[in-house]
Amino acid sequence: MAEDWQNGGFGLYIHWPFCQAKCPYCDFNSHVSREIDQSRWLRAYLSELDRVGSLTKGRVLNSVFFGGGTPSLMDPDVVAQIIERIRATWPTANDLEITLEANPGSVEAGRFAAYRQGGVSRVSMGIQALNDRDLQRLGRIHSVDEAKAAFDIARKSFDRVSFDLIYARQDQTLNDWQTELREALSMAIDHLSLYQLTIETGTAFGDRYAKGKLRGLPEDDLAADMYQATGDICIEAGLEGYEVSNYAKPGSESIHNKIYWRYGDYAGIGPGAHARLTLNGQRHAIECWRNPDRWLQAVDTGNGENVKNPILLTDQADEMMMMGLRLRDGVDLKRWENLSGRPLNPTTLAHLQDIGMIRQSGDLLIATQDGRMVLNTLLAEILVE
Amino acid sequence: MAYVAEPLDQQPFPSHIRLMTKLSKIRNFSIVAHIDHGKSTLADRLIQETGTVEDRDMKEQLLDSMDIERERGITIKANTVRIEFKAADGETYILNLIDTPGHVDFAYEVSRSMRAVEGSLLVVDSTQGVEAQTLANVYHAIEADHEIVPVLNKIDLPASDCDRVAEQIEDVIGIDATGALQVSAKTGQGIRETLQSVVDDLPAPEGDIDAPLKAMLVDSWYDAYLGVIVLVRIMDGTLKKGQRVKFMSNNTLHSVDRVGVFRPEMEMVDSLGPGEIGFLTASIKQVRDTRVGDTITNDRNGTTEALPGFKPAQPVVFCGLFPVDSSEFEDLRDAIDKLALNDASFSFEMETSAALGFGFRCGFLGLLHLEVIRDRIEREYNIELITTAPSVIYHIYMKAKEGEEPEMIELHNPADMPDMSKVDHLEEPRIKATILVPDEYLGDVLKLCQDRRGIQEDLTYAGTRAMVVYDLPLNEVVFDFYDRLKSVTKGYASFDYQMIGYREDQLVKMSVLVNDEPVDALSTMVHRDRAEQRGRAMCEKLKDLIPRHMFKIPIQAAIGGKVIARETLSALRKDVTAKCYGGDATRKKKLLEKQKAGKKKMRQFGRVDIPQEAFISALKMDD
Repeated sequence: MAEDWQNGGFGLYIHWPFCQAKCPYCDFNSHVSREIDQSRWLRAYLSELDRVGSLTKGRVLNSVFFGGGTPSLMDPDVVAQIIERIRATWPTANDLEITLEANPGSVEAGRFAAYRQGGVSRVSMGIQALNDRDLQRLGRIHSVDEAKAAFDIARKSFDRVSFDLIYARQDQTLNDWQTELREALSMAIDHLSLYQLTIETGTAFGDRYAKGKLRGLPEDDLAADMYQATGDICIEAGLEGYEVSNYAKPGSESIHNKIYWRYGDYAGIGPGAHARLTLNGQRHAIECWRNPDRWLQAVDTGNGENVKNPILLTDQADEMMMMGLRLRDGVDLKRWENLSGRPLNPTTLAHLQDIGMIRQSGDLLIATQDGRMVLNTLLAEILVE
Repeated sequence: MAYVAEPLDQQPFPSHIRLMTKLSKIRNFSIVAHIDHGKSTLADRLIQETGTVEDRDMKEQLLDSMDIERERGITIKANTVRIEFKAADGETYILNLIDTPGHVDFAYEVSRSMRAVEGSLLVVDSTQGVEAQTLANVYHAIEADHEIVPVLNKIDLPASDCDRVAEQIEDVIGIDATGALQVSAKTGQGIRETLQSVVDDLPAPEGDIDAPLKAMLVDSWYDAYLGVIVLVRIMDGTLKKGQRVKFMSNNTLHSVDRVGVFRPEMEMVDSLGPGEIGFLTASIKQVRDTRVGDTITNDRNGTTEALPGFKPAQPVVFCGLFPVDSSEFEDLRDAIDKLALNDASFSFEMETSAALGFGFRCGFLGLLHLEVIRDRIEREYNIELITTAPSVIYHIYMKAKEGEEPEMIELHNPADMPDMSKVDHLEEPRIKATILVPDEYLGDVLKLCQDRRGIQEDLTYAGTRAMVVYDLPLNEVVFDFYDRLKSVTKGYASFDYQMIGYREDQLVKMSVLVNDEPVDALSTMVHRDRAEQRGRAMCEKLKDLIPRHMFKIPIQAAIGGKVIARETLSALRKDVTAKCYGGDATRKKKLLEKQKAGKKKMRQFGRVDIPQEAFISALKMDD
């Protein structure tokens, strides 16, 4: 019998843990360091690739994602050598997607052609806002003009370019955001990740928020209106919301991220990288050492893994549902039942359908747009026994 | 009950023959203080100074009532130690200290403890001054005709201001504080002087050793080895091991197994005489059979005159306790049975609620008592509870046929209210409330009493303090009256009450409907004139207490079929994690588990999850 991960495919995530500056909203594993020995990092990545490759021999690789941190600080040659080793390790799908996250600065833009040369097929740019005041507030080190210039260069280098915007920012009105989003959509774009600003604990914004010093954040009702407007405006421009925060022209969806949401298998390499890997028929949750030096040392003496736990089938079922309902296309209920060993409560489903949160189409369970807006509550309702 | 005697046969308590103490060599006293003013530390020092406890056995807070409450159960209201003190005149005196945690719920018990001693040390923190709790307790002492010795504590601290605090004691309490003792319980300064003052300034007890035994039952608690331990103050006569005694309130006879004193450990003695404080055991199996304030006398030729002021414990507040997890009902029964063994004032019977399933309708002395019992069940027995709205006992007179007397039904639970068309009239319990308050807060107190349907009976001044007496319906008081009083007076009011009987009034049952479904556990009895206002307040509260759901929820209050208030809880519009990629799965799964667990903790009514605390919080009035 096919293993469950095959419903979602197989991807590889590579984490580059360094940034030029730490953004106040970011809770990713990123560090600011003056001296980085890129050749040492390359050796470590290659060593981990060989190890993970031997565990997953023969699998067809659907996607590679260089995330961070700021992977556009990586030497293009390092990226190229990593990609070369990847191609030597796994058979790859015809449409293999290799994405690199990039900062929209002029320095990075200068490397885009080299990344393309090395095998990167898609960039995802952290533009975040289209006005300089908000870029500053978000702690970004680029300007709108720089970002637009970098975007134009990226369009010339890569077939596929996406960028991120953060909205529901401090003091942002619905009208502000609508205008900004329309401007973004006018930039000949086929994929956008549009995130509402989330205040995470352990970030500079989180500390400020806890002290009551982060004012002007929108109330839930305004945030909900902004979310709805986002979907509507993207549709007008031909971009469909295929996931909670991701919008694309048909055919331009991110292959890599869909592996996560379809609960496929993914290997993770680099400090703090997470993985879901089915090994000998058992799916595991794996986390690498977060601290960059600690990770390098660990790789030198064996491997970068810090935590490796088998996941109970019932937990796999919940994770699959949690990720899958984010997608416009929904979740296969048969797949859920196979993992969890029980059907979902039909009374609950009927009620949720009545109030317009979900709909069912054959074996597919789909969260409606209203349902996706309250997905955390919806999931608790669906999954509670 | 064989297990009661067994350990003792193996380990007899030390016993020695001792002549009873002369009355003139006894002093009985209590310590009155606000919670942080150093009562426990002072008691420790007094015990230590007299060598009652060897230094090496000395541990902090020997008489810490909270600890003992924890060990023995909430019903412990008094706690005692016998100290021997060699005074300046070279004579050895027996000093009996009774410690009483004071709370309005246990006002009666505290008043009995106060009757068992002749004087009080009034301990005031010299860095803080007089506080509300000090006042509430000092009035118990004054009412018991105590001689009161003021003690200014914590004089070792830089912020200590003895002159100011002494002046405040004179102003606020009205006792002479010019010669107030200055003490540091921490350093031991002034401790001997305090003991000497107990001997010099407090009166010796009175009593007739040749009269028949007359002893006051001050408190009692259950001990797994000894059975019920009864704390007594001997008024007249003697109490001996082997004696047959009678508890006058219920005419029960007991044979005394042991007589002893607390030093603070139990120490057996052969007898106790007039003026002495100690304990007896008599193979009594239930605390229920021993009533605080009762008179104990000889089985034959005993006194015919009981001590004045005895009142049997009477639960006045009732509420339902239900397990959150309905499969824990039997565990709850077990927990309640065990707690009731050690608590005469707590009553219970099984209750079934359409909304909450099986549980118990329980009766308490007051809200603190309710909260303590509830907390103990949750903490010690690990059962999560839903507590329903507290209620009092209503008298319902049913319509009668011509010429017949109307039948009276006691209503403990608003959910059981019969159809109004069959009811002739209702009566509710009333209390006489006495409130002492600095006059700057008087206006707020009067408004509070007025809002709670009070009838003013008296208003007098003592210095800058006002004393108001109100006739109030108990149902307006049981719930949050004391909290509100504390809040509007910033803690500077003391409050006491007594039941004065039943009176007819226009009372109706108000039901609450959530998402069009009646929630019986939220039904309350309200006065007709207040119903609309209360209904509105409850709907508004519930709107805040119930989390937003994925659909909008009407919340209504109704009398009979008539809706008198309505709120709508709007639907939740946004609750989604913006970013969720491979690295977030584990973290978001934890969030999901938390959300699932939170959902399990709520009770479902139709499709609506109501948090446990809502059943109580919905009734709190922020008037």
